[in-house]
Formats: sequence, structure tokens, C-alpha cells
Amino acid sequence: MPLNPDPAIFRAVVSTIVPEAAALDDQGWREIHQVVEALLRDRPESLMRQLRIFLGAIQWLPVVRYGRPFTRLHPAARARVLRHLENDRIQKVRVGFWGLRTIVLAGYYGRPQAARVIGYAASVRGWEARG
Amino acid sequence: MKRISYDIVIVGSGAGGGTVAQELSPLCRQGLRIAVLEKGPRLRDDEFTGRELEMAGALYEDGGGFLTADGTMTIAFGCAYGGSTVVYTGTSMLPPERVIRRWDVPGLTHADLDGRARKFMAENNAHLVEDGLINENNKLFVEGCRKLKYDVQQFPVNIKGCRGSSLCNLGCPNQAKQGTDRVQLPRAEQNGVEVVTRCEVLTVGEKTLAARVAAKPAGAKGDPSPWEPGDYQIDAKIVVLSAGAVNTPALLLRSGMGRSLPRLGYGFTSHPAFIIVGEHARPIVNFVGHPKSYYVDQFAESDRFVLETCMYFPFITAKSMAGFGEPHSAFMRAFPRLQMILVLACDEADAHNRVTIDKAGRPVVHYRFQPKGIYGLMSGAYTAAKILFAAGAVRVHMPVARDPTIEAGDAGRLEEIAAAAEFRPGKTPVSAAHPQGGCGMGIGPSDSVTDSYGRVHGLPWLFVADASLFPNSLEINPYVTIMALADRVAQRIREEVPALL
Repeated sequence: MPLNPDPAIFRAVVSTIVPEAAALDDQGWREIHQVVEALLRDRPESLMRQLRIFLGAIQWLPVVRYGRPFTRLHPAARARVLRHLENDRIQKVRVGFWGLRTIVLAGYYGRPQAARVIGYAASVRGWEARG
Repeated sequence: MKRISYDIVIVGSGAGGGTVAQELSPLCRQGLRIAVLEKGPRLRDDEFTGRELEMAGALYEDGGGFLTADGTMTIAFGCAYGGSTVVYTGTSMLPPERVIRRWDVPGLTHADLDGRARKFMAENNAHLVEDGLINENNKLFVEGCRKLKYDVQQFPVNIKGCRGSSLCNLGCPNQAKQGTDRVQLPRAEQNGVEVVTRCEVLTVGEKTLAARVAAKPAGAKGDPSPWEPGDYQIDAKIVVLSAGAVNTPALLLRSGMGRSLPRLGYGFTSHPAFIIVGEHARPIVNFVGHPKSYYVDQFAESDRFVLETCMYFPFITAKSMAGFGEPHSAFMRAFPRLQMILVLACDEADAHNRVTIDKAGRPVVHYRFQPKGIYGLMSGAYTAAKILFAAGAVRVHMPVARDPTIEAGDAGRLEEIAAAAEFRPGKTPVSAAHPQGGCGMGIGPSDSVTDSYGRVHGLPWLFVADASLFPNSLEINPYVTIMALADRVAQRIREEVPALL
């Protein structure tokens, strides 16, 4: 996982943005990681560095307010932390969260299995596939 | 470095480049050598799978996620044989008279553009889809609009043999969309034009180009380039730049032309857009059938927005909705019940919004949301939400509302909710797919980059033929207007070939 050396942080963030992800098995998480890795493969190293820093901040900033890191917070508190970043008065912080959220959503909803679960079934055959 | 000579080189193969290639291709019979240099790959028909991330990665610049300098908007544009015509929905709109009049480019009349545009509409088989093939996502839009007495209109679309896959924005897997990859480029090639894919033009000098041909990456889609990978010097007596509104200004800036062309890169607009999603109580037919059949443009002048039907794929839909967590997931789980409306703001050229380059020469788009553009998005969101509720939606996702989920019971409070709504760059998910401007047409270097025939001021051998020519926003889907302008460029080149060669 190039995004963060500690997969627990990334998983906690993903499960807060897409709560259904908490129920994924190892295969599901492998798929998310594969999608994210492919997405980031050709991106500049500076972007990767920013994302790593952002994930690190998400993990440790809650210590100030909640006395524990992000991964040890209960889901409602995790959501509050992310909501704070999403609405931060500093645009760069909001943009950072938006970028992370985009990567998470690509990882989760970019999987064929996720499309099946939400009932998205577009087919190359179009109208014919409806029978 | 290898060295090759042509009479005419066209950079880019989308609506602009593909058109110029076709219109100049009869010159090949007179012995002229013409090449199109395209940065992206040429995919085989069986490689269009309709899989979201796979196709986005293969057909779009930066996978469709090209970010503006401050990271508050993504811009989607194609990078393949056929350019953005491979990934548009094929909506074919004539240039609006009010816009062309407002552009006020000496020598450019609406009548002239309109005639050319109609030629390409016919050539591309643009027509209204028959009623039986229009899905519920589109029909419900019409129903909602009619209840509210809005002037809803049907898009002509340039399809032939459409099976209704709804996958237009991922490259039609059934080759039904009549983009330049299906119509103009094959004709140009038949007439003798060479198309060189995976060939990125790095700089343009006095009748010469420096270009780099990339090897096909392992596992990537598309054919290898017909040329060996490596660096090339390409001499050309006439050069036409059709690399799009982001890459054409960047290429000229990289080539050191910013000093003699002070307006280069300026005048960038993009129709910033977001989606409003309505959830119905029952499944509707949404991801089958052409996704974009209707629009409302009656508010373009007064409130600076246009509404269009749309239907996106899971990731893009998720990304385009605001927020996260359970409310966001609840909409995603309701996918078969979702109706979508795209709100496009009619933004305007201003002093800040422009294309520059970074130290490595890569394009950087500076885009700041203007008050009028924000007003357009906010007004459009409110109007789209009204349409969705009028069409029977049980809840609506409005990305700018303080709580984006609005239940039908609160539809009566919509005006109040909209008034309290807030557009926050970096939080509100905005994307754009109509980059325009950067090499605007006009009189001279002090007000523009080219004349009304796309000729770069002071350089008789250099032309531009793409959306970067627009001096301001077109306020409607642009490809037909790009083709009409490219046709003018080709005409001027044909007239002047004896002198230029």
C-alpha cells in the first residue's frame, strides 16, 4: 500500500466515508487497495506525499480533542473528525479531504462487486440486455 | 533524433483536428503530405468494455481527473484517437446566435458558422432519438419540466445503430457514436492522411515541431504507435494546433510564444458543473438508453445556467455527490431508482482564469469560481431540485444544501433551503467537461491570439482549430461549433496553400 504504511488508518477512513466497507472481507479490501494503487501509480510523488501527510494528520489530530488517534475512535467521532476537515475554513484542507474522499470512493465504487451490490448493471448490450 | 518532413501537420485528432484532417485530405491527391499527431492511443473496437475506471484511464487525460491549480475542480477531456469526441455523449448543438453575436469577432458571423455546423450535423447523423428509445431518466425530466412549464427541448445526438448501453462517456462499446474517430479521421486516412498516435508534441518552432513517441505501456489498451518510440523533429510548412483548450495554449507557451502573444492562455472558461440527484420510490430505467436526451436553456441569459439530463457510473456518481457516510451511501444503494440532472454554469472569461505552464512545461489551469458562475450553479441546483420533485422524486441530493439530502416533505421549503445553501470551493464537488478559450480569436495580439480564421497573429504558417479559439463561453455543448470553426480554418488553409507552400 503506497498511500500509507499503516493499512488500519486507511481502512478506518474508508469505512467512515463508505460505512458498508466495514463489512468487506479481505478480498474486498485487496480490491480496494488494487484500485487505489492503480489510480495513483502515475501520479506525481508530491501528490502521494501530500496524501500520506493528510492521512497522518487524520490519525493524530484527534488526539488533541478526543485523547486518542482516529483508528481508536468510535464511528460517530470519526465522522465528526472528517466532517470538520470537509468544512474547514482553510480551502487547502477542504481540497485535501476532497482528494482523499475521491480516492476512497474510486477504491470502493470502482470495484465491479460494488456496482453489483448497488444494483448498477449497465450492459454493452443496452436495451437487448433487458430482454 | 529522427527527422521527418510534411507539408501540413495537425496536432490533435478531436473535433477540431479530425475536421481539419478530413477537410484538407483531398490535398493528398495533389501530392501533399499531411499528418495528424495524436498524444493518445488508438483503441480497437473490442477494447471498449464500458468498465468505468478501465476506460477512463485509457481514454481521458489524467483518467478524467485533471485538476485545476487550486484543486477545486476537475476537468475531463479526451486523450485518444478522436480526442474528446470519443467520450462525449454526441449531443449536437448549433452555435447559439446570441453567443456568437456577443463574441463580436470581426469577420466571424453567426450565419457562416451556422451553415458549416449544419453540414457537420448532417455528416455525423445528428438526429432526435425516437420516443420508444428514450429512457425514464429522460422522460421524468420532461415530465417535471412540463409540470413547471419550463421550455424543455430534445438534444439531437450523432448516433447510428445505438444499442442504448448508456456508456457514451466511456467510449461507445458499440461504435454507434459518430465522433471524428468514426467519421472524419477514417475518411482523412482513406485520402492519404497519416495518423500517428502516442505522439506528444513538445514544442512548436518556426515551421518545425519537436515530438516524442511513447512506447505502449505493458498491459495498456490500444495499438502501438505506427512510429518507433523516441524523439522526432518534424518539419512542416503549415502547422494546425488542435490539442484542446488546455493543451494548445500550453504548447504555445512551452514554445516561448507568450511574449509576442500576451493574451495566450487567457479567456479560459469551462461550464463548471455538478449533478443533482433525485431518488424515486420505484426502480426507473436509467442506465439503459442514451443518457442525455433533453435540456433546458431558457435560464442561460437570465440566471447563467443550463440543465441537461445525465446518467453517470458508480464512481463518478459517488464523487459528484457531496458529503460521505450513511446519507451518501443511501443514495448510492438506491442507484436503480436514481434520476440525475446536470447543472452547467455559463461562466465568463475573466482576468484570472487562464492556462499557464509549470516548470516542466505541463499545463496548469487557474480557475476561480466567479460570482456569476456560482449564482448559475446555485440557481440551477434549485431549479433542478424543483424538477426532480415535480417528477415524483421522494428525496433529492442537492450538493450545495447545508444538509444535501432533502426529503419530499420538505419540497415546499425548497426556496428557503436553496437560500441557505452554500457554495464552498474544495467541498462542493464541481467538474467541467467543456474547456474553452486560451487562444481566443480577435483583431490583433493585444486582444487575442488568432484571427477569425484561427491564424496565430504574426505567424502565417501557424493555425489553431479547437475550442481554445472561443473568446468566451459558448453556453452550450461545444463540439459542433468546434467543427464549424475548424472548417473555416481548413478553408483558409486550402485557399492559401499555394502561397504557404
